[in-house]
Amino acid sequence: MVDSKGNSELSTTISVKINDQELKVLEGITILEAAHEAGVKIPTLCHLDLHDFQMYNKTASCRVCMVELMDEKNNRNKLVPSCVTQVQDGMVVRTDTLRAISARRGAVELLLSNHPNECFTCPKNLECELQALAEELNVRKIRWEGERMDYPKDISSDAIVKDANKCIYCRRCETACNEIQTCGILSGIGRGFNSFVGPFANIPMVQSSCTYCGQCVQVCPTAALTEVYHTDKVWEALNDPDKHVVVQTAPAIRVALGELFGMEPGTIVTGKMVTALKRMGFDGVFDTDFGADLTVMEEASEFIYRLNNNKTLPILTNCCPAWVKFIEHQFPELIHVPSTCKSPHIMFGTIAKTYYAKNKGVDPDNIVVVSVMPCIAKIAEAKRPELTKDAHNNVDIVITTREFGAMIKEAGIEFDKLPDSEFDSPLGETTGASVIFGTDGGVIEAVMRTAHEWLTGKPLEKVEFEELRGLDGVRRATVKIGDREFNIGIASGLGNARMILEDIRDGKADYHAIEIMACPGGCVAGGGQPYHHGNNEIIKKRIDAIYEEDSRKRVRKSHENKEILELYKNYLGEPFGQLARELLHTHFEERERI
Amino acid sequence: MIKSLDDLMQIKKQYSNLLALREHRSASGPRMNILVCGGTGCVSSDSDRVIKNLELILKARGFADDVKVIQTGCFGFCEQGPIVKIEPDNVFYVRVSPKDAKDIVDEHVAKGNKIERLLFEDPHKKERIYKQEDMDFYKKQVRVALRNCGVIDPENIYEALAAGAYEALGKVLTTMSRDEVIDIVKKSGLRGRGGGGFPTGLKWEITKKQEDEEKFIICNADEGDPGAFMDRSILEGNPHNVLEAMAIGGYAIGANKGIVYIRVEYPLAVSRLNTAIKQARDFGLLGKNIFGTDFSFDVTIKYGAGAFVCGEETSLINSCEGKRGEPNYKPPYPAEEGYWGHPTCVNNVETFANIPVIITKGPEWFASMGTEKSKGTKVFALAGKINNVGLVEVPMGITLREIIFDIGGGIPGGKGFKAVQTGGPSGGVLTQKELDTPIDYDSLLSVGSMMGSGGMIVMDEDDNMVNIAKFYLEFTMDEACGRCAAGRIGTKRMFEILEKITQGRATMADLDGLKQLAYLVKDSSLCGLCQTAPNPVISTMKHFWGEYLEFIKDIDHPQGEGKYIPKNKIGIKA
Amino acid sequence: MKSSKIEFPKELYDELGAFIDSLETTSGALIEILHRAQEIFGYLSRDVQLYIARKLGIPGAEVYGVVSFYSTFTTKPSGKHTISVCMGTACFVRGADKILEKFKERLGIESNETTEDGLFTIKDVRCIGACGLAPVVTVDGKVYGRVKEEDVDNIINEYRGKEANNIDKVLR
Ligand SMILES: Cc1cc2nc3c(=O)[nH]c(=O)nc-3n(C[C@H](O)[C@H](O)[C@H](O)COP(=O)(O)O)c2cc1C
Ligand code: SF4
Ligand code: SF4
Ligand code: SF4
Ligand code: SF4
Ligand code: SF4
Ligand code: SF4
Ligand code: SF4
Ligand code: SF4
Ligand code: FES
Ligand code: FES
Ligand code: FES
Repeated sequence: MVDSKGNSELSTTISVKINDQELKVLEGITILEAAHEAGVKIPTLCHLDLHDFQMYNKTASCRVCMVELMDEKNNRNKLVPSCVTQVQDGMVVRTDTLRAISARRGAVELLLSNHPNECFTCPKNLECELQALAEELNVRKIRWEGERMDYPKDISSDAIVKDANKCIYCRRCETACNEIQTCGILSGIGRGFNSFVGPFANIPMVQSSCTYCGQCVQVCPTAALTEVYHTDKVWEALNDPDKHVVVQTAPAIRVALGELFGMEPGTIVTGKMVTALKRMGFDGVFDTDFGADLTVMEEASEFIYRLNNNKTLPILTNCCPAWVKFIEHQFPELIHVPSTCKSPHIMFGTIAKTYYAKNKGVDPDNIVVVSVMPCIAKIAEAKRPELTKDAHNNVDIVITTREFGAMIKEAGIEFDKLPDSEFDSPLGETTGASVIFGTDGGVIEAVMRTAHEWLTGKPLEKVEFEELRGLDGVRRATVKIGDREFNIGIASGLGNARMILEDIRDGKADYHAIEIMACPGGCVAGGGQPYHHGNNEIIKKRIDAIYEEDSRKRVRKSHENKEILELYKNYLGEPFGQLARELLHTHFEERERI
Repeated sequence: MIKSLDDLMQIKKQYSNLLALREHRSASGPRMNILVCGGTGCVSSDSDRVIKNLELILKARGFADDVKVIQTGCFGFCEQGPIVKIEPDNVFYVRVSPKDAKDIVDEHVAKGNKIERLLFEDPHKKERIYKQEDMDFYKKQVRVALRNCGVIDPENIYEALAAGAYEALGKVLTTMSRDEVIDIVKKSGLRGRGGGGFPTGLKWEITKKQEDEEKFIICNADEGDPGAFMDRSILEGNPHNVLEAMAIGGYAIGANKGIVYIRVEYPLAVSRLNTAIKQARDFGLLGKNIFGTDFSFDVTIKYGAGAFVCGEETSLINSCEGKRGEPNYKPPYPAEEGYWGHPTCVNNVETFANIPVIITKGPEWFASMGTEKSKGTKVFALAGKINNVGLVEVPMGITLREIIFDIGGGIPGGKGFKAVQTGGPSGGVLTQKELDTPIDYDSLLSVGSMMGSGGMIVMDEDDNMVNIAKFYLEFTMDEACGRCAAGRIGTKRMFEILEKITQGRATMADLDGLKQLAYLVKDSSLCGLCQTAPNPVISTMKHFWGEYLEFIKDIDHPQGEGKYIPKNKIGIKA
Repeated sequence: MKSSKIEFPKELYDELGAFIDSLETTSGALIEILHRAQEIFGYLSRDVQLYIARKLGIPGAEVYGVVSFYSTFTTKPSGKHTISVCMGTACFVRGADKILEKFKERLGIESNETTEDGLFTIKDVRCIGACGLAPVVTVDGKVYGRVKEEDVDNIINEYRGKEANNIDKVLR
């Protein structure tokens, strides 16, 4: 821990008393943290502390964590917000006085008095932090009723629904969008009772420069920000006898889906997930990992092509559509830098409607490709005009991990009791390389595994590039391939991406290849994943699980994926060759910054 | 360019003539000064046209060299504005209109005759008074912070220098250590006039102790309390006083940059301040190496944009940084982490206005005025149902009765006094029971109100106190920034209940709910604005419970259901 | 963006641009710039706000967040004459609320609205500092003190009748 002036001398311990418990704690921690050590639970709402990702919300605005600081001698007890108040030596805190309890409950009552109480039909039902608090604090009536905010819902965008009436003004989304992602889309608007969070001039989200990274959705405690739901469309397709419905699941799904069914974070549920999909009636159940391996083939080839032909370097990975949109809006002058590869699931969609359709003898018009993604940006990505103008090379429906979970429940499948099964084949074989796409640094590591062997012509002794792993938002490593050294950069979180892009723009960067993922931590912490509710550990466990899954794989390099090799041999030809470029690559557009 | 204390004293001597007539000294130069109030109040009632006319007529009559017209800051007696004062005759004219200029020149200037109809008439004794010091309004006043308002021309730095401006700064920079300055301020017992009453010397000491290359000193001239206008008058009437004090403070805490954060609704104060800053720079009193020392200091202006909460120091700092004026949780205090993260000392205009005299006259002199824990004087803006609306400066410890009945001249229209609200929307009401309470920070708190910035609004027997509480709540509701749940929703709900009450729709349960809510909002809000917003409700409930009950529909009313009919007019007559 | 768009001439943008360029630093200067822009354009349209955002290299949301926070800033053009009724405490206890009501009733608009003929905008403001004259009304900066309900019609008629107004007391 570092104090406000950057000194890290916090080894001093001090004594505080919380509800009669004497304790020794480190100076500089908050009452909330001290109480946690004492086993005393204090509710919070606006507070957010994802320390591994440097995301903190310290607005102290919800007043749900009030505790009483005792100073009975001077008759000057007072309430303070425990989430931001640091402990001091000799401090006496009570969380259980009537005054503190009723203040905490009162805060929730006030919030509810300005809230549409429609939990039944609310997308956040049973996942909502406000709702949970009402239960936890034993709120049985709302003492003060009155006018409520009344704003129209913003359903303009393909990805995000904004319902300002459910906004409790905790500003977590602003912190995520402005400080972490540096997109600057959201700001508090207005003053007083009607304040809420929204974009410039409260224009519809679709007109803003929102990247749809969904980090705001991931941290919003209520349903003020949610994704656009598409489960009905999936059911419709599944029940249409004329349609051949295939589904693909992104690598990050399998390490988080279990959470929706009460399993420990980090539980790997690949087999159960596949079984569930099959029972739901999909005609083909595939793994986006296949698309990821394909991406590696293309991107490694593009990298080597650029390297050998003195074309623009660094190459930037672009399998994250939020990141793509970010560069389009914020650095339009650099849109020639990213790789032109489509993202893995779009590549998969294309192959499904061409190669797969041909093989299966199904009319591509009757194929419906559903992507289950940890991601909100991908909902909108699938609707980008350049990806939809040809109906034969796209993805039709994108649903999030959460929506997928809801469908499993709706279908009456008892997930935890499911047996394991395998993805369908062909297009089913995957490698460790593609699995690690799910966490930040994974894409570039996978590309390096392949580029290394292609460039040196020798097999890797050790496939892990440990130097590319870690939790830091910006990482840099030099990878030796043969006698050449390559500077590899990794940025997760768009704020970190911005720093790297500024360096590139200003000619200060000497990178050869850079991976950028919009979500801090990568797709495991994507906007469409089960809500982590601000729990740092959940994200870490998902990351660990991803690497574990990789290490379990027999084949760990994309260019050793037999089905991929067959695909090239039978259909695509050379990686980065003419047909491959036509089908698997795309282009970007300069966009306005608002 | 002033490069040393000697330079300053020389200029002072050289220009002391300017003030001679006003100080009733004999001197060469014009034989007469006509002072015309140029405060916002008087300008609003055409005092600038009075000046124009006076100058035209003086010129026409050939007095132009002999008689000088001077536009001053506020005299304080705004009710009677525009004010014109003739020196050395010491004649005080009130409610002067532009067309009176002719008589002033032809009768008073030419013939030495006082113009009877323009003299102030004592409302009780019904006699005309021509000397300022004989008026009840001024008798009990002691002008420290306001000392040169209504005396000098605020746009003429020579007059300010002649009146002693920048002497204290010179003394401090050339003869005192930073600790000595802080020590003097501490000894004086000066407490912040912005509302909180925090000891100024202590705040300076804390800011000085912070280790940082860069520090800031900010003058809080946001003055958002509606009905209070002392800070504005000080800046309009004697801006150099404040600049000088900021430089002294900057020296003491180690800041080279000062900022005045001022309401944009105060165009006159802004323009005078701008003029003063420019003049001070030209004279080397701001800028590099002031008084030939190695201390450099400069001041810039930042403008508010209509948000009461920006008077709160952390909001103010955010606003200075060009952001939304939402407050931050304290700690850290601005003294630790303020403007752009640097240690920052925020003081109120009036607080600053006291500093130079404390230095020149000594802390003991200052501490000899006031009460044990509240030293010196305080400026109040007296308004509402009171005869003598205006600015008054009185020693701390004076009673409300003296202010309202002696200085303020009591309630107009023969109505009875009911209550007075001190501390603006954050304060509470005081009633006749408290009329003899000596006014200082602590005694006001102990009777459920607060000093606040010094607004004092008098209510008479016709005012309904529930309505007054509702008025204040509407204000705080509108001005609450919305950041915290308790403030944002709580003030709104309080207002709604008050509205329900005044419309006769409320039950006893609503009154109970209002009370609970008032304490919740007080307890749980993030910053001072909403923490104090319930005070008008809590205090009117305490003092005027009956008036609340009269609106309630589910209890028996002899007058009928839920209709407010003032039962008995509460109030005393003087 | 919905557009009842009034295009401002380029010279006005140039004037604002020159002002921004003249600043020593733009960091922290947003509010000052917005004041200036409002002076130049009369109000802060979306385009003007975006112009400022781009010029300063900050997100539009940040600019709008500030604009919508402070009551001095307006995003709509106001009428030819702005009637400001002081609702500060001193004026309130002397009956300012009734004066405000009367103006609203006579002009058929609420606070912060503009009459259909574009002639008047009503604002309720907080203390303009002339409390000695309470209740106070200002029209385009001209101060009317000790206003009584009966005076309201006269004030309105004064501006209805004549077009050009010779009194300009805004001191800048
Ligand atoms: C809502 C609110 C409004 C305030 N408004 C003002 C103000 O207008 N002027 C002022 O000097 N202080 C104001 N203050 C107090 C300031 O926060 C701060 O304490 C003061 O400027 C410090 O100066 P002082 O120590 O000289 O009093 C306000 C405080 C609050 C909570
Ligand atoms: S946001 Fe939460 S509290 Fe609000 S309706 Fe939805 S579930 Fe209920
Ligand atoms: S919890 Fe209550 S309101 Fe909700 S469904 Fe059950 S009975 Fe109905
Ligand atoms: S989706 Fe991302 S870019 Fe868009 S508002 Fe949310 S955090 Fe900002
Ligand atoms: S939208 Fe959600 S995260 Fe953002 S302030 Fe509102 S409730 Fe908080
Ligand atoms: S970018 Fe994310 S969602 Fe897409 S394939 Fe990679 S891991 Fe999966
Ligand atoms: S990092 Fe992954 S989840 Fe996040 S926006 Fe990018 S692709 Fe989507
Ligand atoms: S009330 Fe006092 S301060 Fe206000 S304008 Fe009148 S004289 Fe000046
Ligand atoms: S107390 Fe009021 S003004 Fe202060 S932060 Fe809360 S809502 Fe804003
Ligand atoms: S959690 Fe502490 S104030 Fe919101
Ligand atoms: S403004 Fe003239 S006496 Fe106050
Ligand atoms: S309250 Fe109206 S001018 Fe001050």
